[in-house]
Amino acid sequence: MSITSFFRSRRKDKQSAETARDRLQIVLAHERMSVNGDDFLPRLQREIMAVVVRYVDIDPSQAVVKLEKDGDLSTLEIEVTLPKADSLGVQRVAS
Amino acid sequence: MATVIVVTSGKGGVGKTTTSASFAAGLALSGAKTAVIDFDVGLRNLDLIMGCERRVVFDLINVIQGEAKLRQALIRDKRVENLYTLAASQTRDKDALTREGIGAVLEELAEEFEYVVCDSPAGIEKGALLALYYADHAVVVTNPEISSVRDSDRILGVLASRSRRAEQGDTPVKEHLLLTRYDPARVSTGEMLKVGDVEEILAIPLLGVIPESEVVLRCSNLGQPVILEEKSNAAQAYRDAVARFLGQEVEMKFLEQERKGLLRRWFRGAA
Repeated sequence: MSITSFFRSRRKDKQSAETARDRLQIVLAHERMSVNGDDFLPRLQREIMAVVVRYVDIDPSQAVVKLEKDGDLSTLEIEVTLPKADSLGVQRVAS
Repeated sequence: MATVIVVTSGKGGVGKTTTSASFAAGLALSGAKTAVIDFDVGLRNLDLIMGCERRVVFDLINVIQGEAKLRQALIRDKRVENLYTLAASQTRDKDALTREGIGAVLEELAEEFEYVVCDSPAGIEKGALLALYYADHAVVVTNPEISSVRDSDRILGVLASRSRRAEQGDTPVKEHLLLTRYDPARVSTGEMLKVGDVEEILAIPLLGVIPESEVVLRCSNLGQPVILEEKSNAAQAYRDAVARFLGQEVEMKFLEQERKGLLRRWFRGAA
């Protein structure tokens, strides 16, 4: 083993414990939330859809609610597919 | 009233039985009458680690089902005074283990014993749930390894929701982190999670760090709790952990790589 490969292998190893720590933090953040918050996402999705449907004529099954957690940052993503513009009174007023 | 301590981890093979044996022996050495119970019905091993496998006549299930008196099933340790082992059944069905049955056994033990150490099986099935149900303290045995830490986190969730203390809204089970198989040399090269990382992730107080040691296998071969070894870092670390559990302040040892080894090697080389 050459001196450079010795140092390179040390550097790679150094990353592996850090990688373990980071992966653990992310997976545990997810698991703790699903254990304690026992799946509030379906309820959240239903309630948001109920509000959206009051204004826009959409198909509630076309909505996706996602919660992603990456380290300290959580992102709540709500994706609603809107129908074509001519059926959208609201959007015309806004534009 | 006896203090009930569960030794648990979620993951298998991290050192629960080794820790149960040493912890119970350490408590007994402090002068407190201590019983250690194997909850792993069908896969008993505590008897081997305690070195009393040939003296098992009756087991925990026999006592629960009224086939034997508790007194007959408790195996008195030949080395350490005040120390008794209660074996698990090797042949019976796990369903013979009931919450009421365990409760009655613990109540009877409480009349004589100061500490009862419950050696939990791996997993989060019935045996593990019953081992932790009556606990006042939980020693969570964890290796500095990703799957072990995750399973420990899971078992902490179970302790917080499914123990008797949690169900009855009592003060929660007191949790203690015991990090085992720690290898400071590998930590220093970044190959192994640091004790601080595991502490931070699990967020429970650190009771002790047991260094990786050849002595552990030797003791299991001999049927002797590690803590009884005279000159061993692992034994010293177990003695310190028990002392901390009993309220003494003892500094953490064996967290750094021993430099003496290198010096010794040099001198040996020179001689």
